[in-house]
Amino acid sequence: MGGSSAADIQHHVKIYYRVFAALAVLTVVTVAVARIHLPLAGAVAVALFVASIKGTLVACYFMHLLTEKAMLFWILALCALFFIVLMAIPVLTDHEVMRRTVNVAVPPMKIHETTPATGH
Amino acid sequence: MSDSAIIPHDVEPHPLTGMYNGKFGLWLFLASEVMLFGALFSSYVLLRTGAPEGTWPRGEDILNWKLAMLNTMFLITSSVTMVMAWAELKMNRLGKAKQMLAITFALAGAFMVVKYFEYTDKFHHYQVELLAPMAHDGHDVMKITGHNVKETEDSVSIEPDAHGADKSAKHAPITIERSKIKRVTNFGPAHSTFLAVYFTLTGLHGLHIVGGMVVIGYLIFAADRIWKWNPEKMVNRVECTGLYWHFVDLVWIFLFPVLYLL
Repeated sequence: MGGSSAADIQHHVKIYYRVFAALAVLTVVTVAVARIHLPLAGAVAVALFVASIKGTLVACYFMHLLTEKAMLFWILALCALFFIVLMAIPVLTDHEVMRRTVNVAVPPMKIHETTPATGH
Repeated sequence: MSDSAIIPHDVEPHPLTGMYNGKFGLWLFLASEVMLFGALFSSYVLLRTGAPEGTWPRGEDILNWKLAMLNTMFLITSSVTMVMAWAELKMNRLGKAKQMLAITFALAGAFMVVKYFEYTDKFHHYQVELLAPMAHDGHDVMKITGHNVKETEDSVSIEPDAHGADKSAKHAPITIERSKIKRVTNFGPAHSTFLAVYFTLTGLHGLHIVGGMVVIGYLIFAADRIWKWNPEKMVNRVECTGLYWHFVDLVWIFLFPVLYLL
């Protein structure tokens, strides 16, 4: 991190306490919003947005990401790319192409529908 | 031969990466951890979106969000004390740094104690699923939840949970014939997909907390020796441990709303 004299560190300590206060307030906000019982899509969006702000604060200030070297950002960008691919898997499996039934000899069974007795 | 000749760039920055090797290695490890937790989060989204409508519970209906909020506070406080330990070392105050590490260790312990109570409650809380509706508390119900389950060959008795304003009020145990029961289960991982995901994610996160406690405990124990041997190495070790610890905190920041509130 940039600057490591006693005065620099003292300055950073003040920032750490401010970040801690912000994290505590945002935790209360997360719970308060959840107690309102918004529709699920809205609740997920708000909760993940607030969590992302908290995560960014932790990464930038506690993990000193703001002042790290460029090499690290390339590695983290690669990591973020693969993370996005991971998160995209549920969306991809929901696509019509993934659900297409290939064998049409037997009608596709609906989820949780009981199979009629066939006498086998 | 000096130590730095045996393990190059363990204190001074590597010309290629711009940081000492230990820190670079730790960041690579954290990148692999993102993939590990990312895969589990992705599985959670897949299972939740694929669940038939109305079958996936809201976390707050099953889990104790108040305890989870307390644990969130423990972890974010421990993140501050961890980074403060590093700052104290940078200001050459070993004693203060050890105090901060000890507080971090204690907060991590408090987190695990709360988790123990949460898990214990789940393992001692039962649900009886019925084959046909049964009159209970003035309603026809298909499920009865409660504690102190006693099973015999012919029947199951359970102390049902209290409903309404007075949650502490105790119900008299009721006995249900086995022929009327579909399933008896506690709120463990086998109860439902939601709880299987909950125990997998929080269990793995809990193991990370324990791992962090082992390293922080070692640093407290060996602080004087390492500081005397090479102060810079002590600073770097606390910095690397801190990076790991903040990552564990970061994971919890996402686990808390996803599992307990949504």
